[in-house]
Order: sequence, then C-alpha cells, then structure tokens
Amino acid sequence: MSSYVLDFEKPIVELEKKIAEMRAYSVSENMDMEDEIRRLEKKLEKLMEDTYARLTRWQRVLLSRHPDRPYALDYIERLFTDYVELHGDRHFADDPAMVGGVAKLDGDPVMVIGQQKGRTTKQKLHRNFGMMNPEGYRRALRLMHLAEKFHRPVVCLIDTPGAYPGLGAEERGQGEAIARNLFEMAHLKVPILAVIIGEGASGGALGIGMGDRVLMMENAWYSVISPEGCAAILWKKNPSEMIPTAAEMLRVTAPDLLELGVIDEVIPEPMGGAHRNYNAAAQTVKDRIRFHLNALKKLSPAQLIGQRIEKYSKIGFYKEN
Amino acid sequence: MAWFKRKSPGLLAQQKKEMPDGLWVKCDGCGEIIYRKQLAENAHVCNHCDFHFRIQSKEYIELLCDFGTFREIDAKLEPVDFLNFKDSRRYEERLKGAQKKTGLIDAIRTGTAKIKNIPVVFGVMDFAFVGGSMGSVVGEKVARAIDQAMGLKVPLIMVCASGGARMQESIVSLMQMAKTSAKLAQFSDSGGLYIVILTNPTTAGVVASYAMLGDVHLAEPGALIGFAGARVIKQTIGQDLPEGFQRSQFQLEHGFVDAIVHRKEMKNTLVKLITFFL
Repeated sequence: MSSYVLDFEKPIVELEKKIAEMRAYSVSENMDMEDEIRRLEKKLEKLMEDTYARLTRWQRVLLSRHPDRPYALDYIERLFTDYVELHGDRHFADDPAMVGGVAKLDGDPVMVIGQQKGRTTKQKLHRNFGMMNPEGYRRALRLMHLAEKFHRPVVCLIDTPGAYPGLGAEERGQGEAIARNLFEMAHLKVPILAVIIGEGASGGALGIGMGDRVLMMENAWYSVISPEGCAAILWKKNPSEMIPTAAEMLRVTAPDLLELGVIDEVIPEPMGGAHRNYNAAAQTVKDRIRFHLNALKKLSPAQLIGQRIEKYSKIGFYKEN
Repeated sequence: MAWFKRKSPGLLAQQKKEMPDGLWVKCDGCGEIIYRKQLAENAHVCNHCDFHFRIQSKEYIELLCDFGTFREIDAKLEPVDFLNFKDSRRYEERLKGAQKKTGLIDAIRTGTAKIKNIPVVFGVMDFAFVGGSMGSVVGEKVARAIDQAMGLKVPLIMVCASGGARMQESIVSLMQMAKTSAKLAQFSDSGGLYIVILTNPTTAGVVASYAMLGDVHLAEPGALIGFAGARVIKQTIGQDLPEGFQRSQFQLEHGFVDAIVHRKEMKNTLVKLITFFL
C-alpha cells in the first residue's frame, strides 16, 4: 500500500492502521474482537465515502499526482499482452517521456502510446518528469501512422504536467510537433481512443489526445493550464494561496469536462483512488477501452474521420447576433 | 544657490514614453523619433532601422487586401462567459473593457477579400484584444473561415498574432486547437492553399495549432514566434537564453518559417505564391 499520504488521506490511513493492528492483536492473543473490528470497518467505509464525495477540485489534482498513482506502463502491463516497445522518432532521438508500441488486448492487436513519468529520482530524470520534447510527439505520430498502415486502432494514455519548456524543444519545434499531431490525428484512418489517466496539462496532453472518444479517470485533471500556472498569471500577489481557487475556476475535473462536452466518459476509480488498487483500476480501464474500440471498429475510415472532425468542430461557446 | 531658479519642474523621463498619442513616435528598435504620419505611410515600419511596429487588423487589411474588397464574415460572433470566470475581474467585464478599448468583438476578424484581384479568404488577429488570445470565438471564426475557403475554393490567408489560448475559457480554449487543426486537415485534403503570416507575437496554443500548419509560413522580421514562454524556459533550464531566441530569424534557421518578409513586400510575396500554386 501507499507510502505517501496526502493530508486528506491521513484519517483514513490511520483508521486502516488501527484496524490492521486490532486484527493482528486478536490473532496473536487469540481474542474475539470481530464486533469491534466490524464497527471500525463500517466507520472506515463511511469516512472514505464522505471524504471522496466531498473532494475539492484541487484535492483531485493532488490525487492525480499522487506519487504512487499508476503510470502509463503500469496500465500497459495490466491491460495488454505481447507488448513490444518501439522507440525513436526516426528524425532526431527517442523520447523516454513518450512510450509506445504494439500490443494485444485480449488477443486483438492495438497500437498503444503513453506519456510516462518516473517513480524513483533516477527514473524521473530519465522520463524527464513526463514532459515530452518534440521527438516524443513525432515518435507518437510515427506509431499512429504505422497503426494506420496496418489498420490497427490506437490507444493513447495521457499523463503529463506539460510539454517540456526547454531551449532544445523550441529549436526543434515543440509547437509544430503538437500542431502536426493534431492535424494528422484529425484524418487518421483508424480509431483513436484517448484516456486521461493522470495529468492532462494543456497542449502537452492534447498532442496525443485527439481521440474519437476521450475517456477520463475519475481523479484525473485536464485543462488549458495547470492551476499553479493560472494562479501565477492571474494572482501575482499571492499565487500559491490562490492555486485551489484557480483549480475551481478552471473546472479541471472529469465531471466538469463531461459537462462541458469535452470528454465522453468518466472512468470510476477504486475507492480512494487508482493508487490504492492498480489491478482494479486497470480492469475498469480495460473494460471501457474494449467497449469503445468495439463500437468504433464498426465504422468505416470515412465515417471515423467525418465524425471526428465533426466532434471537435462542435466544441465552443459563443453568441451569435 | 543658483542665481536663477527653475520655475517649473524639469522634463520627466516618463513623458517621453507616453508619446504614441501625439504626433511623434519613438522607435522601439533604434530609439529614433519618427513623425507618426510618415510611419503610417511606411507601413508602420521604422525608416531608420526597419523595426516593425505592432499594428492591428484594420491596418493589415489595408496593407494586404485590395482597397475596399474585404467583406467581413461572422462579424456578430460574440464571446460569452460560460464558466463565470473571475479573477481580479470578471471575464465578462474584461471582455467588455477590451471591446470598448479596441472597438472589436473578439481577437480575430475574418472575411472574403481580393489580393491583386485574386479572391481569397482573409483572417487577421488583433493582439490588442486580450492579448490576441484564442477562445471559442477565435476558434469558431477560424473554422468557419476554413469552411468558407473550402466552399469558394480559394486560398486562405491567416495573419497570426496571439499570446495563446484564452485562460478564462479553460479547456474549451484548448479544444479550439483541435478544432482549427481538424478543419485545416480537411481543407488540405480538399487541395486548399493555406498561407500563414506570423507577426509579433505568435505563441503557445496558436503556434501549436493553425499558425504552424500552413503550406507556407511567412514571418515579419523580428517577430516573436514560439511555443513556451521565455520566462518559463529560463526558469526550467536555469540559464540565459541566446540573443534572438524565438525570433523570426531563429525560426527560419531552425526550419519552421519559409521566409522572412518585410511588411512592405508582403503583398507582392503573397501574390507570387498564390499565382504559383493556383
């Protein structure tokens, strides 16, 4: 179980510990404490329900960044078999922040692409904290075109604090790389399914996010800018205090985005968040991916492209006359 | 004590900067004082150092379209504060303020026009309106301009100037990147010609969508063109950025701009390009 505990998780973790201790004690002392344990378990259940039903938007952002949260490769391992990673963009380099390759979903071939963060310090540096350089987007695009050539659907797992703001990234055209992906994804002849599993920071996330269907985990966030970035721009005097307010204003959570018509479905997470049960989280994701790929499989390339362009053309709020 | 006394306070350094409203303008490039009327006659380019002053949609229409041919479309598309966004000011008030200040409804104008008698669809952004930021209205107007160009089978010319996606419309602004790019893919598949003119500044969400998806990218000299903001990059990498970082010349050298074109040459260049492709 988790080694890192968020503030609002503390009472829950403490109660869990107490129950575990009591259970150990009742075994070692051979005492019947079942009634008491059951009472505490009831209390725990209630506490969790209350806590997670009342999460603020900022608390959800914190959950999405929980150090123990499953990352793209944790899902890939659980969702697919026969995964072979395919590296490199064939132009400049390989980008370890963007992973991907061929895989099978219950025997069906799928091209999977994911944004990957690192868990240990060494891994974090290797994955550049999940921030892609242009070659990451170009690697993803190469895999998408490969999938198109062989009529395989594409599944994209999104989890990034943003595209990397670096000197080299600008020299090699970070903006162009993201723009090109959007352009090419718009008329890709095979189904694209995007799942936001953690952080969906702006263009960095959208760069592989233009799916026929966009699904989002219950505790993920997706926005034009991070709450921190927004607060730094809008509240110059006290930005750090205003971060939770920025998260509220930006409406960064999955239910918000469903309401705004930006995503198609919220994927429920195990009680307390995906980091508390990787397998259960992955199972739900897998079921939803299968469901949507089955539906998309029935469409011709022309129908897919037509519906995809229509889907994105419709998004926007304005007045006329 | 001096044997004469100053009767009024001396000239304050600040007053010099406030001159744009007057007859004379100080050039941001070389510091020369230029007669405003002369500047306007010279396409708002400094005649000493070729510094390109920032101009608005009205001036670009005059400069690039044949006189009186620009017919605005979708002029009545108005932004709405659908998120009830409020920071130090309400988004609604911010919009009203910008509308009053600029006389514009949002950060882009689109229409049909002629360039040396060639019919085109012409779009031009206004940086003066909330930093040329792209929200629903900008995205929708770009999308409709593309549809218009597709329907009329004419080239699309887009003059870009933007700080990026509009924060006050949050995720919906981000989706305008997807929307405009999707429409451009459709336009490109239909054989349409799309020419982008990058002006100072064109950054972030607009660079990561329709500003970098042209068949040809022209840039005005010295324009700032890039994805991430210089301040953020500096913080991230912890070192100073090279001289001319993210300027037109930098983008030309790195292969993202086809040509840097002087403002006074822009119309001729457009004509040469369009007549080649059509």
